[in-house]
Amino acid sequence: MPFSDSLDVRITDTSLRDGSHAKRHRFTVADVTAIVGALDAAGMPVIEVAHGDGLGGSSYNYGFSAVDERELIAAAVETARNARIACLMLPGLGTKDDIKAVHDIGASIVRVATHCTEADISEQHFGLARDLGLETVGFLMMAHTSEPEALAGQARIMADAGCQCVYVVDSAGAMILEDASDRVAAVVAELGDDAQVGFHGHENLSLSLANTILAVRAGAVQADGSTRRFGAGSGNTSCEAMAAVFERLGIRTGLDVLAMIDAAEDVVRPVMDDECVLDRMSLIMGYAGVYSSFLKHAYRAAERYDVSGAEILLRCGENKLVGGQEDQIIQIAAELAAEAAR
Amino acid sequence: MAKVTAAIVGSGNIGTDLLYKLLRSDLIEPRWMIGIDPASEGLARASRLGVEASAEGVDWLLSRPELPEIVFEATSAYVHVRNAPRYREAGIKAVDLTPAARGPYVVPPVNLAEHYEQPNVNMVTCGGQATIPIVHAVNRVAPVEYAEIVATVSSASAGPGTRQNIDEFTRTTAKAIEVVGGAERGKAIIILNPAEPPLMMKDTVFCSLPDDADEEKVAASIEEMVTEVAGYVPGYHLRSEPQFDVIDGRRRVATFLEVEGAGDFLPPYAGNLDIMTAAAARVGDQIARDLLDTASAAGTAAGETEGES
Repeated sequence: MPFSDSLDVRITDTSLRDGSHAKRHRFTVADVTAIVGALDAAGMPVIEVAHGDGLGGSSYNYGFSAVDERELIAAAVETARNARIACLMLPGLGTKDDIKAVHDIGASIVRVATHCTEADISEQHFGLARDLGLETVGFLMMAHTSEPEALAGQARIMADAGCQCVYVVDSAGAMILEDASDRVAAVVAELGDDAQVGFHGHENLSLSLANTILAVRAGAVQADGSTRRFGAGSGNTSCEAMAAVFERLGIRTGLDVLAMIDAAEDVVRPVMDDECVLDRMSLIMGYAGVYSSFLKHAYRAAERYDVSGAEILLRCGENKLVGGQEDQIIQIAAELAAEAAR
Repeated sequence: MAKVTAAIVGSGNIGTDLLYKLLRSDLIEPRWMIGIDPASEGLARASRLGVEASAEGVDWLLSRPELPEIVFEATSAYVHVRNAPRYREAGIKAVDLTPAARGPYVVPPVNLAEHYEQPNVNMVTCGGQATIPIVHAVNRVAPVEYAEIVATVSSASAGPGTRQNIDEFTRTTAKAIEVVGGAERGKAIIILNPAEPPLMMKDTVFCSLPDDADEEKVAASIEEMVTEVAGYVPGYHLRSEPQFDVIDGRRRVATFLEVEGAGDFLPPYAGNLDIMTAAAARVGDQIARDLLDTASAAGTAAGETEGES
């Protein structure tokens, strides 16, 4: 079943949310206005805007925002003519107050994210979002760590709480082909007509677009990407590549391929500090199954404590850290420095 | 020596773990354990330990000919809001382990001395008990404009109450960082980690520092406070020296803590529950000491009167 009569798959661009990690949360209103304007004109149906770690993420632990995310969201709402504006929130960090606030600003979609085994902490947030008339999406993060059936059980908890589309989220960019399609298929089988299924990929093993294609073939009807791959780790699935590939595959996304290619080159790239590339650190994240947002924090801690960033990431994997535990990166770096001094 | 009598209301994990701690108290005799489920494991354990257990709730407790002097409430915020006025009317002191916050927040090494005479005191949250002493320790030597805490607990130790009301944790802890810890602004983050075997509770406390803060003094104050908390939570310890850094041009200190539980009823990884029950037992002891002192003062006075007649 397609996403709607006119779209087979609905794409959400997350460069103004996942890209916030790569930008170290320094987005300005001008950045948002430029990117939303270009993507909206290219037919992007949904654009996500928030601190990289979701609403309320501005902090010591995740990095302080240069500009209050609510100002950025307001600018996005004002700029978009057709695109709907989405916001991410993580229970335990953001609260229901954040959902109310962005609803008042004019956001239309709230995406509630939990670690893939902890779906039950999202129930109240879905309830509130639906009461407010917001469209809801659920994010099961670090989904590579759960078996397909277990993941489907967690998707059921979200759907029963009011989530309209559950995403299989490859936060670490660690999934390899069938890892993605098996999980999507299990969630599709569990949810049936009760909710849609989506896929969010990262490029850390160079497979985000391939994984997304397999996810769609397994029944996903929503997919995330970032224009110019502007996201955490080595970035997300390229939206402009998705537009081109899906058109060739006869999958309708509503995106104007050439306008997307231009937006990536002329509008998004100038906002980025650097390209999101598959280098040593981000490849290790995919290989060791580490949450992509840890990348910049690991770079900083490696520099501050004069230890190897790659070793920090490997230890994050060994210690089974989940999304949100950025504080432990400092502790691990201090530990590595102390070990080296001995 | 005579002890002060107490009841534990709520026979779940927290109530049962607290029972073991109160049974070791020199000042408190936990005489009743109250639940609402006859099949409760906590009530069965209480009976085996010689404590009178009832599944008939607070109505049963308050209809006894003899009432407890202290009640420890380990139910839910909703239930405590209903029970609190009844305890007060009956003249029973209440130590509230739910997020109801009918009385002042109490974090023992920071403000127990100020509040133990109140009819009702609230134990904040597990994350608050673990981190607010550190915020206070920094603030007493270098004013804290902003404090932020990250509490990571094992999924296995987070019960349905925490899960369904996770906003309550972040809001209550953030508020208590300000009210009790002394920071001008507070923020709290909670993370659940499902790793097996379960991880020990980990807490990180970030405090902003003024430009002229003395790092040695700050570190010494933090270390002194850790020793003080470890006096009643033996598994409470620093994972590294306090870490100083400059973020966006402003100084801050980060303190990395781990809380290993005493393993009374719950396994050692559940340091989050252990620190809550240990702190409540500590508060209970102080209330009991006060009640015993008052009683003995009254007894001495009565004795003198008798002698004179």
